Amino acid sequence: MDNLLSITTFIPLLAAAILALFLRGDDEAAQRNAKWVAMIATVATFVVSLFILFGFDPQNTGFQFVEEAEWLLGLQYKMGVDGISILFVMLTTFLMPLVIWSAWDVKVRVKEYMIAFLVLETLMLGVFMALDLVLFYLFFEAGLIPMFLIIGIWGGKDRIYAAFKFFLYTFLGSVLMLVAMVGMFADAGTTDITALLTHNFGSEDFSVLGIHIVGGMQTILWIAFFASFAVKMPMWPVHTWLPDAHVQAPTAGSVVLAAILLKMGGYGFLRFSLPMFPVASEVMAPLVFWMSAIAIVYTSLVALVQEDMKKLIAYSSVAHMGYVTMGIFAANQQGIDGAIFQMLSHGFISGALFLCVGVIYDRMHTREIDAYGGLVNRMPAYALIFMFFTMANVGLPGTSGFIGEFLTLMGIFKVNTWVAAFATSGVILSAAYALWLYRRVVMGDLIKESLKAITDMTRREKLIFAPLVVMTLLLGVYPALVLDIIGPSVEALIGQVDMAQAAHATANQIAAQ
Amino acid sequence: MISSDLSIILPEIALAIFAMVALIVAVYTAKDKLAPMLTWLTAAVFVILAFWIGTGSDSTRVAFEGAFVDDGFARFAKVTILLSAAAVLVMSLDYLEKRDLLRFEYPLLIALAAVGMMVMVSAGDLMALYMGLELQSLSLYVVASLRRDSAKSTEAGLKYFVLGALSSGLLLYGASLTYGFAGTTLFAGIIEAAGNEPSLGLIFGLVFLISGFAFKVSAAPFHMWTPDVYEGSPTPVTAFFATAPKVAAMALFARVVHDAFGGNVGDWQQIVAFLAVVSMFLGAIAAIGQTNIKRLMAYSSIAHMGFALMGLAAGTAFGVQAMLIYMAIYVTMNIGTFAFILSMERDGRPVTDIASLKMYSRSEPLKALAMLVLLFSLAGVPPMVGFFGKFYVLRAAYDAGLAWLAIAGVVASVIGAFYYLRIVYFMYFGETEEPLDGQMSPALWAALMVSAAVMVFGVVNLFGIEPLAAAAAETLVN
Repeated sequence: MDNLLSITTFIPLLAAAILALFLRGDDEAAQRNAKWVAMIATVATFVVSLFILFGFDPQNTGFQFVEEAEWLLGLQYKMGVDGISILFVMLTTFLMPLVIWSAWDVKVRVKEYMIAFLVLETLMLGVFMALDLVLFYLFFEAGLIPMFLIIGIWGGKDRIYAAFKFFLYTFLGSVLMLVAMVGMFADAGTTDITALLTHNFGSEDFSVLGIHIVGGMQTILWIAFFASFAVKMPMWPVHTWLPDAHVQAPTAGSVVLAAILLKMGGYGFLRFSLPMFPVASEVMAPLVFWMSAIAIVYTSLVALVQEDMKKLIAYSSVAHMGYVTMGIFAANQQGIDGAIFQMLSHGFISGALFLCVGVIYDRMHTREIDAYGGLVNRMPAYALIFMFFTMANVGLPGTSGFIGEFLTLMGIFKVNTWVAAFATSGVILSAAYALWLYRRVVMGDLIKESLKAITDMTRREKLIFAPLVVMTLLLGVYPALVLDIIGPSVEALIGQVDMAQAAHATANQIAAQ
Repeated sequence: MISSDLSIILPEIALAIFAMVALIVAVYTAKDKLAPMLTWLTAAVFVILAFWIGTGSDSTRVAFEGAFVDDGFARFAKVTILLSAAAVLVMSLDYLEKRDLLRFEYPLLIALAAVGMMVMVSAGDLMALYMGLELQSLSLYVVASLRRDSAKSTEAGLKYFVLGALSSGLLLYGASLTYGFAGTTLFAGIIEAAGNEPSLGLIFGLVFLISGFAFKVSAAPFHMWTPDVYEGSPTPVTAFFATAPKVAAMALFARVVHDAFGGNVGDWQQIVAFLAVVSMFLGAIAAIGQTNIKRLMAYSSIAHMGFALMGLAAGTAFGVQAMLIYMAIYVTMNIGTFAFILSMERDGRPVTDIASLKMYSRSEPLKALAMLVLLFSLAGVPPMVGFFGKFYVLRAAYDAGLAWLAIAGVVASVIGAFYYLRIVYFMYFGETEEPLDGQMSPALWAALMVSAAVMVFGVVNLFGIEPLAAAAAETLVN
């Protein structure tokens, strides 16, 4: 089929439109219908996306399943996937049915809730498939609207503050990217990403207002993109919106935010910053390394003292994303392989951890760590699953968390030993906060009166976790499953980056003589 | 000679005659009882004229030895003006009728203002320009104080008049300087006299002219009248102020700087860029503290004019195209938003406090959704069409070497997003309060829904407006 990507992208939107137009009322039957429509749509999306995965040829490093159509102003509607993006597409389609399922017990404005998630899925898929700069921006930015509403309408006590902070923070980051995109459009005369990947953006140093800019035009553009992706990622020190957003968002919203939305930042680095501005990436890499290393250590320490479970996991997400940025800008095979792997594995693990918090939040309506203790006595199945994902979060060998961390650390070790040494201490810190959280919530005696009547997970809840457990284990013991798909594309990307950087170095040498 | 001139200006003449005949008929017959019928009739005449102009000749024709120009640019602006004026007229019917404000003069004054606006955008001469501008302004001064027994409305009218007279004075002073140094009032003559090195006198004339225009488009720092007039005027009149006259003034602005001073882009570019930056930031920041939705929309329109001016500041054909697209989108968004504001009532009394929208989404989900779309579009968030308006002007500014202006613009748009989001917050996140009245007249409902639908579905191809605007801009800048 020629339009496989568009079909995958727009099935959820179609379902959302059906819900919005044809579903009336807010009684129980309407709520059930809304949930089932959303479920069927997301499962259908997953099934269709499997065709993309099976039809994908990993050895071909170009874009596949490409669709093209004219749009406004010389822009194009162009979609395609390559080895870097396809697994993000799969991650999204795989997680969304679970997200919908986890929201099965929502009672407030169910129809709108489902519509918001369906629209969000379309936008997220669009981000990973778009091959036109402005089309990418459109999907990237539009995702703010449903997420703003999800946090604002269905969120916790301070949801308003969190929703505004989330929106304005990310909006400010991305409008700078928009200006950079306009600049690239003007420079290259096209917004086609495939053409831009081979376009040589100016890298001669120049001075602006007396400031000498190494890497010239590329560095300016790189910084503008960085402003957007670093906020989205999020990197220290612009991560502060994330804990607020996570704490206030409803469980399903947190899962989507941690598991998929954060990956857009990493994907952006891989799709734009590194291949399009290779010289600037080399110039700015040390900054990214140290920001990442600080993120890993600092946010791990912050996580250690959190009293709110969701906040703790949110900080742990920031730390784990630190490995990703480090790996990407190490710009070698292990680094980038590891970064992509880490993003996928974090998608499963952090999603599962937020679901774990959701399970007990639904029962006790508090996320305070102190309110719990000794859950293992009443909830053995929960204790087991939470244990599993805590270990995966720590990076225990045999789980997918280990592979990602190990590969990125190896990648960075080859480039900058000091940063690698510094960042490795994060592995220990993550064990500290994760295990301590587990001990305080699950272990010990069940003393608190309020917990005496708590019930173990229902079958629905267990079934939601099953696919996540399988994926975490599978990727942990057989990482080649992922690496075989991304490997060739990553190799091509690195080859291209190295070549551009070498060419720049030679040009500089000649100029120096 | 004279008959060929008249045939070019026929739509304007037809509309003027219509207004005067209708005035006489209404005065000598049933007076205000005719008002609803007259309103519909005027709107119909607007639509017919728009159709006539839109499908008429596509060549550039000049009448009265250059004083009146009928080109693609003028036609684009006229169609936008007429259609938006027709929409606002129909929307205002219900509101004015309920409050006993529907006098037969109202549609006729709007018709006369439309004549003035049509002359403005077609002006090829400083005299024609001033005639059109004053015809439009005088009509607007009167409709601003339509509610005679309200102190606020009369205050709005008076304020508008005094400040408007001042700006007309500035404009006339600029015109007389220009005439003195160029020796002609024809744009074609001025551009020749100015050449590439205009004399100091001409520059002074240009600056005063631009100040006058800045007042009319309510660009900061000439914006002071806008919030008060928007707040004081009856809401349908506010809706009108926010749409058609803005397009006309913007088009006139573009016409003069390109037709008369097209050789001196460098001289006016910095002024226009300055107006754009100040307007964007003032509009964005000052709106944050507003609780009255009409005042908020006033500041919003100031910010939007800043963006439109950004397109103009580029000084290129693409810049004019971006400006035209921006204005068309802006007008469409505002029609929908004002349709919503017109329907904000509690127990039949109009409310303008944005806090009264608390949890509007629960009682009226569909209307709240339409408003949500419009607000995000106003904020310039993709995929709403408002984003494309911003994208065009950013591109135009960047291409013209005004990257700093583009950066300032996007930063201002983030600040501006806050107050649009605040309305969303009241509608969707707030606590429940005494709800607003649910019913909405069919005309308002249709305007709101169509406008919101345009904002969403325009993402496909902007309804083909792009090539039209490009062609229009081509005829102005060459």
